Amino acid sequence: MATGLCPPLSALCCSQGGKLIDTVLLSRIQFGFTAGFHFIFPPLTIGLAWFIFGMMTHYRKTDSDSDRDMVRFWIRMLATTFVVGTATGIAMEFQFGTNWAGYSRFVGDIFGAPLAIESVVAFFLESTFIAVLVLGWDRVSQKMLWFASMMVAVGSTISAFWILVANSWQQTPAGYTITSGHARLTSLTQAVFTDSMWPRFFHTLDGALATASFFVMGISAAYLLRNKNTSFAKSCLAAGVVIAFITSLGQLATGHVHARQVARTQKAKLAAIEGLYDTQRRAPMIIVGIPVPGKENTLSLVEIPKLLSYMAYGNTNAKVKGLRDFPEDQRPPVLPTFISFHVMVGIGGAMIGLSLSGLYLLWRKQIYRHKWFLRAAVIAIPLPFIANEVGWVTAEMGRQPWVVYGVMRTNEAASTNVPAGQTLFSMLMFIVVYAFLFLAWLYMLRREYLYHLGQSKVRQEVKA
Amino acid sequence: MSGLQVAWFIVLGALLAGYVILDGYDLGIGLWYLFTRKEDDRRALLRVIAPHWDANEVWLITAGAAVFAAFPMVYATVFSGLYLALMLVLFALIFRAVSIEFAPHNVSPRWNTFWSRAFGIGSALPALLFGVAMGNVLRGLPMDSSGNFAGNFFTLLNPYSLVTGLAGLALFAMHGGLFAQLTLKDDQARRAREWTHSSWDRYLLLYMSLFAWTAAAQPQITANYQLMPALWLLPALTLAGIILTGIYNDRNNPKTAFILSSISIATLFATIAAALFPNLVPAINPDGKSLTISNASSSPLTLSIMLGVTIAGMALVLVYTVWVRRSFKGGGDY
Repeated sequence: MATGLCPPLSALCCSQGGKLIDTVLLSRIQFGFTAGFHFIFPPLTIGLAWFIFGMMTHYRKTDSDSDRDMVRFWIRMLATTFVVGTATGIAMEFQFGTNWAGYSRFVGDIFGAPLAIESVVAFFLESTFIAVLVLGWDRVSQKMLWFASMMVAVGSTISAFWILVANSWQQTPAGYTITSGHARLTSLTQAVFTDSMWPRFFHTLDGALATASFFVMGISAAYLLRNKNTSFAKSCLAAGVVIAFITSLGQLATGHVHARQVARTQKAKLAAIEGLYDTQRRAPMIIVGIPVPGKENTLSLVEIPKLLSYMAYGNTNAKVKGLRDFPEDQRPPVLPTFISFHVMVGIGGAMIGLSLSGLYLLWRKQIYRHKWFLRAAVIAIPLPFIANEVGWVTAEMGRQPWVVYGVMRTNEAASTNVPAGQTLFSMLMFIVVYAFLFLAWLYMLRREYLYHLGQSKVRQEVKA
Repeated sequence: MSGLQVAWFIVLGALLAGYVILDGYDLGIGLWYLFTRKEDDRRALLRVIAPHWDANEVWLITAGAAVFAAFPMVYATVFSGLYLALMLVLFALIFRAVSIEFAPHNVSPRWNTFWSRAFGIGSALPALLFGVAMGNVLRGLPMDSSGNFAGNFFTLLNPYSLVTGLAGLALFAMHGGLFAQLTLKDDQARRAREWTHSSWDRYLLLYMSLFAWTAAAQPQITANYQLMPALWLLPALTLAGIILTGIYNDRNNPKTAFILSSISIATLFATIAAALFPNLVPAINPDGKSLTISNASSSPLTLSIMLGVTIAGMALVLVYTVWVRRSFKGGGDY
């Protein structure tokens, strides 16, 4: 029937005999695109929710109009981001069934549970209380608003927890047996608290706080550059800088713990991340380099001897297994895993550098005078977003060719009865719709920003 | 068949009924939005659902995830089998969610028109397709011998299911009109009462036609009813609920009418569940494999853990939902 809907597309997918583009590949592209797009929003939501909780706590004490305006501004930013995250999040749940029916049948006994728990314990909390926080200002008490801000922050964090439980189980599965072709749960606690769960949770949560702190820092800096909303912008900038520094350092620490866990539990992933082909003791860490496409070799321009062995296992003499010692059909794609990881680390370094210089200027009480810093803070807003995305690419590319590490291959996971034409159709729809949503989201954020700059026309809000 | 599987069958029915009772009204209001031209009236409708729609939609997400956790075979078969239909629902819900946030901002006339249409169509399309899906599941889907969907998109558009789709649309419209009356005032409330009345007419007609059609010509649906005639009480109660809803609406008592409408939705789901049991997805072809609560469920361990989590969690959700809605009402001056 997709043939009926879009004959040219179907002809492309199902040319006589072999398939030009198969459903698995299309489903992977679609899932990767929709997940990557979705992942723009939750980190900002989670981080901003905690910022807002902090501001609400402050506002409860001062009860000043300027503090109220400040927190309501960030709540509008949160609401706009939250709704896009919610809308694109539904697509994630649906797709396990629509595109990955093989996967859903195989792991449903384990994988459905965290998603259902997330819905029951987190989504209801977030969505109920964000409505109070956004629309309740004329109707509920200040105490209730404060409580609502806490519930939104707590709810979004619990949500991140259960999603990472589900995703970490794919990385380091535990607490199950395989009987008659299906994974069966044997221990909930083992399946929840897998090897990679805590490192990945803290790394992602800290990333979310970093994302929000750079967002707050950058927007405050933009106001200061134009000399608008200065008192609000100054306090937000200061809070942003301090938390940006703490969380950027936190990324280094949690990232390191996570990397050591990968070295222990997913050795092929570690080798791909580092572009290491030959198993060796005293393995060096490549600082600048690139895996040569099509060749089993990584071009290394700058490297530090023994560092990889030391970082991965705490011992310069430790043996690190190289890709050549894995069968070819068990190696992750090296180039995207290597590049995404190194971009992430590079951005992390830049984030530490910028927030550290901000901290220094703040300590010297010169931060508002240094326009270069304010400009850099504005430009740096997208950095944590990019780091989140490439970090996720590292995690999921490094997991390949497995959908459940070492247990089920990605190409066994797709739905077998969905025509390629339909998948292509939905994939193109997602790309068009999401591109449009992205622009609308940016437009709304900008509008909110300009409104508080006093440059936009009077805005009408939906009031409850 | 174990007690756990039966319990999950009931929980799933309750989650779906809860979804239709709650999100049903804001999808219905979205439908009326399409017929509302004046900007003030449109805003008033958005104001009615603004604090609730998101939490209401979580019922759908929860029901979906509950199917995944408790009956993964059903989740995999239905979602992949109804691929295109679900993608349409998905895009509709995405646009709808975003439009509620974006539409009220007066950017330009074109912006307003675009997001208003997105909201209206994004509400109407799922309202229609949910009914179509329900009709198909009741009637049975073409299945292969291993429990995969064996039809295509057009198999789903059979006359019976199209009528259930229309019935669903009329039900959502009626329910939405009632909820709107609870908060709107004066002229706007009067118009919502007229909407309710006109959609009630159609829903009653469609419900009775479907009832006759099912009883007379769909023996596979009524098999359980033949075995246990007391079950006929359920569709009869639903009918009574629908009729009373209309009567109370005409008497300008929307609160009672809304409660009655909600009860009739609950008994409607009981009617459907009684027809399906123990199937979740019956096969319409004799050689096809039906998915039942025994052959499609998760392991007893997962079922029991998730049953506890879901019941305790949903009880808590209901408590704070009621609490928040009450404090939000601020003494009824909404």
